[in-house]
Amino acid sequence: MRGQVPRKTIFSFIGPAVLGLAIVGIAPLLYAIWTSLHFYNLTQLRRVEFIGLQNYWNVLTDESFWQAMWRTLFLLGTALPLQIALGLGIALVLHQPGLTLLKTLARLSLVLPMATTYAVVGLLGQVMFNQKFGVVNQLLGGADINWIGDPQNAFIMIIFWDVWQWTPFVALVLLAGLTMVPGEIEEAARLETKSKWTILRYVQLPFLLPGLVAVLILRTADTLKLFDMVFTLTRGGPGASTEFISLLIQRVGFRAFDQGLASAQAIILLIITIVLAQIYIRVFYKEV
Amino acid sequence: MTSTRSLWSQIALLVVIISLCVFPFYWMVTTSLKTQVVALEAPPVWLFEPTLDNYRAALFEDGVLRTLINSLIIAVCTTALALVLGVPAAFALARFEFRGKKDLWFWFITNRMVSPIVLALPFFLIARNLGVLDKHITLILIYLTFNLPIVIWIVTDQFRGIPYDLDEAARLEGASQFTIMRKICLPLAMPGVAVSAIFSFIFSWNELMFGLVLTRSEAKTAPAMAVSFMEGYNLPYGKIMATSTLIVIPVLIFALIASKQLVRGLTMGAVK
Repeated sequence: MRGQVPRKTIFSFIGPAVLGLAIVGIAPLLYAIWTSLHFYNLTQLRRVEFIGLQNYWNVLTDESFWQAMWRTLFLLGTALPLQIALGLGIALVLHQPGLTLLKTLARLSLVLPMATTYAVVGLLGQVMFNQKFGVVNQLLGGADINWIGDPQNAFIMIIFWDVWQWTPFVALVLLAGLTMVPGEIEEAARLETKSKWTILRYVQLPFLLPGLVAVLILRTADTLKLFDMVFTLTRGGPGASTEFISLLIQRVGFRAFDQGLASAQAIILLIITIVLAQIYIRVFYKEV
Repeated sequence: MTSTRSLWSQIALLVVIISLCVFPFYWMVTTSLKTQVVALEAPPVWLFEPTLDNYRAALFEDGVLRTLINSLIIAVCTTALALVLGVPAAFALARFEFRGKKDLWFWFITNRMVSPIVLALPFFLIARNLGVLDKHITLILIYLTFNLPIVIWIVTDQFRGIPYDLDEAARLEGASQFTIMRKICLPLAMPGVAVSAIFSFIFSWNELMFGLVLTRSEAKTAPAMAVSFMEGYNLPYGKIMATSTLIVIPVLIFALIASKQLVRGLTMGAVK
């Protein structure tokens, strides 16, 4: 029968990868669980002691944890609709026939933002959004907006960069969906109606759905992971106004040195991620 | 003449899209060519006499060159290791039937979802206890957590696209599975292997958090170096942008080479 091979052969092919990923992916998690059950502060290493679920209790009743979580979801809730709306617009423009050279050029430039080192995006933000000599205020007609030092403006700035970096991704995913629509169906629909909206809604949308689901899932995961760009741009500040969940955990673990509490936060974040991933596997692999 | 008008509006839209994507890079490069005095002019100047001083100072006086070399060593080694471990696993996932295959597949892929901070905490403690903080090998191994899944994902897909008849013919002639993989399937799967290598390289090269937490000086990566310029007042903006440019250029070149597959790679695990 096709694909039936001795166990030993299978193991020799797949064993090294499983072992490798177990060592770097699972062993540390077990260690994090162990740490999370202890009082473990890097400044008081003589005093590492077992405290049961105390850290978890502290996290679950800690307002700053839930605020960071809420802030993360708020960022997702504001940036993602913008990315989808703009991405869809760009995809539709690129999908129209003609202007091949300019469109190839546009497609290539769309690749640039999403490949850019996240840390560099944050550094660019520092330079371009500086209140005094930043080019953004200049382009806004000599405005005197304090972007980095004001809680609300800093948040808007983070949204701006997230949208800048990931709208191209959404656009290219949706463009791939649009090219899946069979040409004759689109032609026939265009003879029936002049309304672009009708065509989008009834002809193109079904082909866009898998891509939209993918975007939703990946943007959710990536927003929970978001660290580099915000760290280099605002370090979570001013105050805690841009302290998203990964930044909070990093601060607690490496700047407040409370590894026990940070590990408990990390494990809870992991559980939230796994639940979300499970939901996605169910929804995507069963229904679409 | 609605069609000419719509053509012009289309051209205008495309130009806007291109400028929005490219402008930050333009600003990064021009700022990197400014002296500190010019960089701190308010409002910013667009025309000035360019200088390469920032690059010279950053590369040779501040040690950015060494961090770039570190990043290169780490990215190349982790990519090679991910390929060595990942390609046979991908072959098994594409060609063999065995129990638990689906679960294994999901486990590989869901690694993509896990926030790196979850792993950064225990990695730091383990590396400290083992005395391997600030060593290249530590980052090389840790980057496998995201490189191995991406290699397995892309290469499995590629192996699946190769007709099974070829295997069958070779097996009738007595070739082992390993020979079949190496001599018949791997040469045909090379495009996928190359793309997954490019991805693995880009992700490792771009990574900041592990580099920040697990290195100090010896194995410091380029992004971690760029961040360390951000301390104190009177930031050296020209040097920061010069370092940024040096970091970003190789990635952009690779991304443009693999631009067709980039979206596919980034949607890993979410689009069949």
